[in-house]
Amino acid sequence: MDRVALQAELVAALGADAVLTDPVSLRAYECDGLTGYRVVPACVVLPRDTAQVAAAVRVCARNGVPFVARGAGTGLSGGALPVADGVVISLQRLRAVVSVDPVNRRAVVEPGVTNLDISRAVAAHGLYFAPDPSSQQVCTIGGNVAENSGGAHCLKYGFTVHHIHEIEVVLPDGTVTTLGGPAPHQGGYDLLGAFIGSEGTLGIVTRITVKLLPRPAAVQTLVADFPSVEQAGDTVTAIVAAGIVPAAVEMMDALAIEAVEAAVSAGYSRDTAAALIVELDGPPAEVTAQFAEVERLCHEHGTTKVHVAPTPEARAAVWKGRKAAFAAVGRISPNYFVQDGVVPRTRLAEALTRIGELADEAGLRVANVFHAGDGNLHPLVLYSEARGEHERAEHLSSSIAELCVDLGGSLSGEHGIGTDKACSMPRQYDDADLATMTLLRRAFDPDDVCNPGKLLPTPRLCGERPGPHRPHPLEAAGLIERI
Amino acid sequence: MSTSFDARRPPQREVLDDCVHCGFCLPTCPTYAVTGTETESPRGRIYLMDLAAQGTIGVDEAFGEHIDSCLGCLACVTACPSGVQYDRLIESVRPQVERNVTRSRADRLFRGLVFALFPYPNRLRVAALGGLVYQRSGLRALVRRLGLLDRLPARLRALESLLPPVTVRALLARTPERTRPPGAARLRVGLLAGCAQRVFFGDVNAATVRVLAAEGCDVLVPRDVQCCGALSVHAGREDEGLARARATIEMFERYRLDVVVANVAGCGSTLKEYGALLADDPAWAERAAAFSATVRDVTELLAELTPQAPRHPVAARVAYHDACHLANAQRVREQPRAVLRAIPGLQLQDVAEAELCCGSAGIYNLVQPVTAEELGQRKAANLEAVAPDVVVTANAGCLLQIRRFLDAGIPVLHPVQLVDASIRGCDPV
Repeated sequence: MDRVALQAELVAALGADAVLTDPVSLRAYECDGLTGYRVVPACVVLPRDTAQVAAAVRVCARNGVPFVARGAGTGLSGGALPVADGVVISLQRLRAVVSVDPVNRRAVVEPGVTNLDISRAVAAHGLYFAPDPSSQQVCTIGGNVAENSGGAHCLKYGFTVHHIHEIEVVLPDGTVTTLGGPAPHQGGYDLLGAFIGSEGTLGIVTRITVKLLPRPAAVQTLVADFPSVEQAGDTVTAIVAAGIVPAAVEMMDALAIEAVEAAVSAGYSRDTAAALIVELDGPPAEVTAQFAEVERLCHEHGTTKVHVAPTPEARAAVWKGRKAAFAAVGRISPNYFVQDGVVPRTRLAEALTRIGELADEAGLRVANVFHAGDGNLHPLVLYSEARGEHERAEHLSSSIAELCVDLGGSLSGEHGIGTDKACSMPRQYDDADLATMTLLRRAFDPDDVCNPGKLLPTPRLCGERPGPHRPHPLEAAGLIERI
Repeated sequence: MSTSFDARRPPQREVLDDCVHCGFCLPTCPTYAVTGTETESPRGRIYLMDLAAQGTIGVDEAFGEHIDSCLGCLACVTACPSGVQYDRLIESVRPQVERNVTRSRADRLFRGLVFALFPYPNRLRVAALGGLVYQRSGLRALVRRLGLLDRLPARLRALESLLPPVTVRALLARTPERTRPPGAARLRVGLLAGCAQRVFFGDVNAATVRVLAAEGCDVLVPRDVQCCGALSVHAGREDEGLARARATIEMFERYRLDVVVANVAGCGSTLKEYGALLADDPAWAERAAAFSATVRDVTELLAELTPQAPRHPVAARVAYHDACHLANAQRVREQPRAVLRAIPGLQLQDVAEAELCCGSAGIYNLVQPVTAEELGQRKAANLEAVAPDVVVTANAGCLLQIRRFLDAGIPVLHPVQLVDASIRGCDPV
């Protein structure tokens, strides 16, 4: 469709102040948290409510124009990458906490509210929203629903899907409907379950009823240093084998610690090969007993130092360091890829050894930051674009993802498939699996307008070489430009 | 590819490359909070600077608009886990915009007016006297009653309503050039009297002098010091700002001081930056660095000095507002709180969205009145929510801006005024 006519139709539907059309503004939306992929959209709309979201979607549906929903743009799999000549629907103006029901422990929020702001809004009632992705101060609940986000504490508390009662969604034809409901079991097909984690391919969520949890009565956190990542990995297996379900078990290796300390001085030991963060929460007596057991297990597996956070402030510092880790890596390397794979917990030590070997073979450094408790690895492949290392880094990064699948794990723990891993899906799923997923997708979006090209492999995308952004040869030659 | 920036101090490639596009800056950015658009966020602005540095987009009006909209509050610098020096980026890009983007005639005239008025205390005093007549003669009431205000452009409306309630005596009062401490002097300090500060907040300067003297400082206030250049530097008027920096250094050097004290956060942060701003000027680099090393905010100095003057109780609930140029630019957050907590009977209240700018930001509330107004109202609502008896903040711009939007029954003071009241044992209001 003619870009000018599309823009005019959207302006008529939403008002001029909700539609961005100037080329400079559009460039700022060409990528999300994964900057390796860039596509300039035809326009960006910023609706203020459900009716405006539906109006924008109807304009797109009527004209067969693809659209992509965007939250805070922090995703690491290119899930909010625009489609060329398509529309980006930003949910950043739907930011209201609509209501809080402390008695029934739920809150109704709009999709642009940040994950952390939900917990802030209900803190006075002693409640919080449990899923805690590391970007929780920035990322929005709408994005959490789309990606089924986890976080450090999903080991004990589960992913976003376990904390949502009901969502209002705009379907790809512009219909507004509600999935899920107030009762814990709704009967019939679990459409809410299908929608959560669908990465924006089934529709746009416009209102969410979240489940809230009471703050645990007691919380204890320790950081244990280990002389090797393998020993730290074995400790994790031992803790879980002992029947303890920690609120969180996280690991960082020496490189990651170096970056974190440079960024926030959180108090991690700079001279250790690995640090394990273990947090327990629950009734005080249970926490005290199990915490002693965790300490014992750390010593049994050769810890060189156990630091127990003495105050809530000290605990906050430990977490601030851990949660800033990805971005902090910017301090020790000009460029990096964040991987997101899962391995069975019992094979953690093996996976880490193999990653180390792969890194040595490639002659690159890999920093490891991960949710050790559920085997969700986030190896950070460090490289320098300027030194021409990106192809090697890209190759190493995909080898690590493949290693995870080969070890009986999965391609993605929580960052999503998005654009980045769509082409790798056949490695994990066979043709029948993918065909079934396509059937579900087409039931919601028969015309393929809703975040097309993401999640499932498409020939067009897979014909291109994946990896970081490179100018097109004609662009590099100055013959064409990207606006 | 050639860059779209001119050759004079363009943003540095390695500083641009530090940004990994994680977005941790977004929730702390006031303009992003108001608009929700990527281009009005630090991440978006850095992205556009990067594109301009690569020559992909031009340094033109469409680009300049997003740079102009930045308040320069630097909350993003505090929030950034990658250590991106956005302060350096925006300070090198603003002069680029100033030099290379042609502003509309109305915009040029208005900015010209602001810069011909505010940095000159004598001109400002005359204007303020005119304003006083306007306020007192019933003209203001008449203008408001007739709804004439609504017909004024937003920028002039902002100028009108920021005018603080001043008295003729306050306007004409001068701070003495030297005030000796009661006993032996611990330090020889110089106070920057400021330009707008001197005209509108002579009482804050007087309180600062009294408190410092009571704490054993020999206080010198250079008489003919002009504007320190903060307003110009923050608006990208580089040459003007640097000329003012050199003049200010020269003036203070004559007094052979241990410490140079600022009681306006925006001025203090620029005084501390002189070293960096003049680093490329061989004749001045060393002098500027040495000068900057002696600069302290008044609350910073008070927190360093062991109190010697007894404090009397001030029974008040106090909401402290972090001025961006104190908290983010100078990283002075704890000291003013500690100084206030040392006053017996004073209850310090935490305020929601403390990191969000009030919308003052130098001349921002004059040139970008719509965003500034929304931020001012949001800040006032957050402050009122803790039901304070007094609101305090350590910056002239914030004082004016918050006064404009806050419930008229709540006084807005500089922290040093509470310390002064506590030392003298009188009512701060």
